[in-house]
Amino acid sequence: MSTARATFTERWRQLPDVVQRLALPALVLLLAILYPWYFGGLPGAFPAVETAVIMLIFTVMALGLNVVVGYAGLLDLGYVAFYAAGAYVAAWLASVQFEQVTFHLGSIGIVDTLPGIHISIWIVLVAAALFTTIVGVLIGLPTLRLRGDYLAIVTLGFGEIVPQVVRNGDDFGGFDLTHGTFGISPIDSIGFGNTLNDTLGLPASYQTSTNRAELFYLTALALLLFTVFCSVRLRDSRLGRAWIAIREDETAAAAMGVPLMRTKTWSYATGAFFGGLAGAFYAVFKSGAFPSDFFFNFSIFILCMVILGGMGSVWGVIVGGLVLSYLDREGLAKVGSFASDVLNRPIDVPKYAFGVYGAIIVAMMLFRPAGMIPEKRHRLEIDEGVESAAVASAEQGGDGRRGDG
Amino acid sequence: MADNLLDAIQLRKEFGGLVASNNVDFAIPRGSIVSLIGPNGAGKTTFFNMLTGVYKPTAGRILFDGEDITGKPPHAITERGIGRTFQNIRLFPLMTAVENVLVGMNCRLRGGIIGAIIRPPRVRREEKLARERARELLAYSGLPTRHTELARSLPYGDQRRLEVARALATEPKLLLLDEPTAGMNPQETADFIGFVSRLPDDRGLTVLLIEHDMKVVMGVSDRVTVLEYGEKIAEGTPGEVQRNERVIEAYLGKGATE
Repeated sequence: MSTARATFTERWRQLPDVVQRLALPALVLLLAILYPWYFGGLPGAFPAVETAVIMLIFTVMALGLNVVVGYAGLLDLGYVAFYAAGAYVAAWLASVQFEQVTFHLGSIGIVDTLPGIHISIWIVLVAAALFTTIVGVLIGLPTLRLRGDYLAIVTLGFGEIVPQVVRNGDDFGGFDLTHGTFGISPIDSIGFGNTLNDTLGLPASYQTSTNRAELFYLTALALLLFTVFCSVRLRDSRLGRAWIAIREDETAAAAMGVPLMRTKTWSYATGAFFGGLAGAFYAVFKSGAFPSDFFFNFSIFILCMVILGGMGSVWGVIVGGLVLSYLDREGLAKVGSFASDVLNRPIDVPKYAFGVYGAIIVAMMLFRPAGMIPEKRHRLEIDEGVESAAVASAEQGGDGRRGDG
Repeated sequence: MADNLLDAIQLRKEFGGLVASNNVDFAIPRGSIVSLIGPNGAGKTTFFNMLTGVYKPTAGRILFDGEDITGKPPHAITERGIGRTFQNIRLFPLMTAVENVLVGMNCRLRGGIIGAIIRPPRVRREEKLARERARELLAYSGLPTRHTELARSLPYGDQRRLEVARALATEPKLLLLDEPTAGMNPQETADFIGFVSRLPDDRGLTVLLIEHDMKVVMGVSDRVTVLEYGEKIAEGTPGEVQRNERVIEAYLGKGATE
């Protein structure tokens, strides 16, 4: 038995580098793509496809926030503002909200005379992301001059302002912008329309399809892959290095020719782009933008994903995002019903959700401060620390590097 | 004035009631090594921080290469050709040595956000060349190996060398070194001074050195300026400055000259 394993390992090592490097990601990707078709055979703890869609969307958002918090080190406590902006742009551009006008562009599954703006959801997703990027720049320009805690407080303010505007935006001098607490619903369906359905067999409309959940799942997965791709490419670029340099030492970065404002604004805009994209897709999936989704604690929830996974680490944030959103949408309820069965009394675990997340974060900070999968550069450092623990503790003791004379 | 790379005219900086730099005139001839010395608290680093844009002067002007750079932000000044190191090492501790140098090249590279994501051949080529150049600079600065180690895990002397490599990566015309030999042993100090003295001929650089240790600067400097309590008390060749009574007083106290 052990010899068989040895030969396997040996043969594996002889395979080309590319195969060794890509084998695991390819396997994970394959399992992810096929998930809706085999999860029925898995134990009950695995998330339903509908839940998986939301997990993927939240993970896209976590990756977007990771660009701001993890790469550039700017603590943003108002990320929900971008989420809301994206969702409402989707609602504006693909519903009967603005019934004063009738505008159709590539809309599917509705009659051409339906009032309101109805633009193809594919275009809407791009438009929402771009609009949110602009919002990010507009919020960023006045606030990013602030450092550290001050920036956190101001973003906290914006994270509260945007949802409040949304909640009360049903009467701007008689103009109904957001339909107040009711939200905007329904949003047009995403799909490829009848022509493409007939010629290429692409789904005409997700919402009316019998495979609704699977279609949304695959699209969300594609969005996540796109986000991961951008995150990785940005990390290893001139801009990504400038972000990390600012995180590490702002004064030194400026002295090395990194323009602070411009670089920070790019990180904010990038984070906003993915926040808006995810928000728009979420609204399309739910077929509505509802103000009850955009509370302050959602910002903290996404931030927890980043911290749990490992700030700056793309793979860590993916794991953190999937784990926390699973717990939020399904996991805690399942733990609750399991506990209720065992203890024979009703225990409502989801009620304590933020208590649970808080406990997780505290535990992480104590036992794995760099996150579940630390950023590669962090990990190097930590591995080294294990070998020479004495040196590491000595360094921690007397770190006077930050004070510049 | 014609061939000065940098001219500081009547430069003044006040922190509340404290005058850290009192109308100092200061010039750096092109291609020379100039030192700024003075006892602790004389205002050397304040002066330095005004040249690099960290502080805005209360009054006075700074001309660099014929251009007024007074009050410009640090990155704009770096872009115009002033590179610097810090008195207390300020590397990017969780980036590798090569990455630290690449950040120094930031203002000489062009790749933007779209280029970063799509990575067209132009950006690939630029990145490849930049990495090669970063390794060359590290080797030139005395760090032939350990390029992919995190900056914070390098030994002290190597961190100093890495800081110089990072400053050189900004392609400066003027290199400002803020007490670069602090914490070095005599052998390292001698090596480093040798390295600095070769910079003008090797790379066409002009160097401004800050030191409070007079012995370090005497051998290497073309000109020396002495500050005390924010005022310029002497200026000239090392020999002249060494014989200046006010300088001896400032360093050794009153009575030493009597």
